Amino acid sequence: MVVFEKPKALADVSMHYCPGCTHGIVHRLVAEVLDELGIEGKTVGVAPVGCSVMAYNYFNCDMVEAAHGRAPAVATGLKRAMPDRVIFTYQGDGDLASIGTAETVHAAARNENITIIFINNAIYGMTGGQMAPTSLPGQVTQTSPYGRDTSHCGFPVKVCEMLSQLDGPEYLERVAVNNVKNVKNAKKAIKKAFENQLAGKGFSLVEVVSSCPTNWGMTPKKALEWIDEKMIPYYPLGVYKDRTAAKEQGGE
Amino acid sequence: MTDKVLMKGNEALAEAAIMAGCRHYFGYPITPQTEVAAYMAKRMPKIGGTFLQAESEIAAINMVYGVASAGFRVMTSSSSPGIALKSEGLSYLAGADLPALVINVQRGGPGLGGIQPSQSDYFQATKAGGHGDFRMIVLAPASVQEMADLTVKGFDLADKYRMTSMILADGTMGQMMEPVSLNYGEPTKYDKSWAVTGTECARPHNIVNSLFLQPDELEKFNFIRYERYKQIEENETMYEEYMMEDAEICVVAFGISARVAKNAIVQARAEGIKVGMIRPITLWPFPKAPMLKASEKVHTFISVEMSMGQMIEDIELAIRCRRPVKLCNRVGGMIPSPDQVYASIVETAKEGGAQ
Amino acid sequence: MAKLTFRTDLCKGCGLCVDFCPKGVLVLAKDKINKKGHHPVEAAYPEKCIACAFCATMCPDCIITVEK
Repeated sequence: MVVFEKPKALADVSMHYCPGCTHGIVHRLVAEVLDELGIEGKTVGVAPVGCSVMAYNYFNCDMVEAAHGRAPAVATGLKRAMPDRVIFTYQGDGDLASIGTAETVHAAARNENITIIFINNAIYGMTGGQMAPTSLPGQVTQTSPYGRDTSHCGFPVKVCEMLSQLDGPEYLERVAVNNVKNVKNAKKAIKKAFENQLAGKGFSLVEVVSSCPTNWGMTPKKALEWIDEKMIPYYPLGVYKDRTAAKEQGGE
Repeated sequence: MTDKVLMKGNEALAEAAIMAGCRHYFGYPITPQTEVAAYMAKRMPKIGGTFLQAESEIAAINMVYGVASAGFRVMTSSSSPGIALKSEGLSYLAGADLPALVINVQRGGPGLGGIQPSQSDYFQATKAGGHGDFRMIVLAPASVQEMADLTVKGFDLADKYRMTSMILADGTMGQMMEPVSLNYGEPTKYDKSWAVTGTECARPHNIVNSLFLQPDELEKFNFIRYERYKQIEENETMYEEYMMEDAEICVVAFGISARVAKNAIVQARAEGIKVGMIRPITLWPFPKAPMLKASEKVHTFISVEMSMGQMIEDIELAIRCRRPVKLCNRVGGMIPSPDQVYASIVETAKEGGAQ
Repeated sequence: MAKLTFRTDLCKGCGLCVDFCPKGVLVLAKDKINKKGHHPVEAAYPEKCIACAFCATMCPDCIITVEK
């Protein structure tokens, strides 16, 4: 009996990610959800600019590559034109929380019926390790070589907390992929984010706290530990908004 | 709608887009094109289409990119500063070979400029729509009827050649009212097997993309695209010749400038001055051939523009600088008067081609 | 009996599977180099495998199939 195998929606190719990069885990989780919900054939994914720019090669569903930060707008166009299709974006922190902040906030405010997978690894990976909107205070990067000085360049953007202030979004959850338990929780959240879209509930975003061993300058294992030590205390995991659950609780 | 109806240019354009099968519109308010958005906001919900006011012009053009990826007819409209914001998206549309219609109802610039009519986005539309090597088909209406007709044409050309068509209008074209006849057949269907509509697990996945990290591959796609552009130059160039048979002076003007110039030409003809006009209807592809031909008989060209001399460069290139090209212009939202153009023609006639 | 299969040529030798295996089944094969130039994972003690799939769960490159 097969306990574990590559999901069908994940392309049978070698991904370009660095050794130990957790993008691959999240790709697999998305593909598993597409398999389990039987929606690969009616799904269109939107890849961002950044490390996951070539995600279009890794999913077997139809894919679009968007301009930097614009994936939620592209997804809006796709969903409005094809309401019966499942549309998701896969974006990193530079893409979603810096250059694409406006597109993110307004897609959330409109409760656009799309699913967003948001990778927060606190750094710009593709360009070689610059400070991200989510880089932690004091974090050393190529463009914050003395550590992120909040008096100079401000504080990290906490996307789930920020979006939870809007009336629009249906579902916001922050998860991590740094151990088996967290990966299983991440899968549940991603599945829910797709199920919400199928049920017409609206904007669902899963923020995945992830690692970047190469640009953090750590071994893959140490990077996952650093998520526990540094990232999660600053970016607490949990559900930040679940309108359906809130309604159900309110009704009780 | 075979009978003539009185419509504003912006509204005729919007209705024509709907008749061409466009069911998706995304825009952001900016004067002087807001009537297009307002018209779409009223009409689209009634015909099962999408009207969405985006959070920015950037978002709007990327929503267009999304719909175009799915293979549906889609448009956005804006005015000069807004088109500048869309230029990123225009480049991506080109890089991904997606068809779309973009309307620029131009206003004065640079910067925030003004809200009065202008033609100073000529360079932007015909040469620098965004980063990288690409072209857009640029259509320049000179009447409300053309606002509508060229919109339908723009969608067809966009689908046929998988690229962006731009309607380069101006505030007067958008705002003026004229009788129009909106009478178009069923929209032509084009092959869109490249669109991302869901694989249904029955075909390999389609990818809409403008990233090609291998330089030889990227070069190949640029070459293929420019082969297509060559076909467009050969087959789709549109212009109007007016009183050119015996002309010794050739006015070149498009849009509202061409209408003003026509009055001046009639007046000059009454004085016995042999003057005519070539009115480009496509600004890209630019009607080079008729101008080169005209340069055999014409002693001087006059470029009438609402810009600081942008189209004049294309005229000089088209006629290979064989004849002098004079500039007759107003800018900043001002429109040349027939008297100004007439004076320029009279002066040119006196000079007789001597520089 | 649990069975592990590896798509060895896709392995990047990150070692996360080795780290997360609760039974010490896996090692990076220091004497082997795959097509990518990495020391790939292999099951040094397959008999200890309990098919928990922790290795596959944490593998970023989805190279492990687990059967039992």
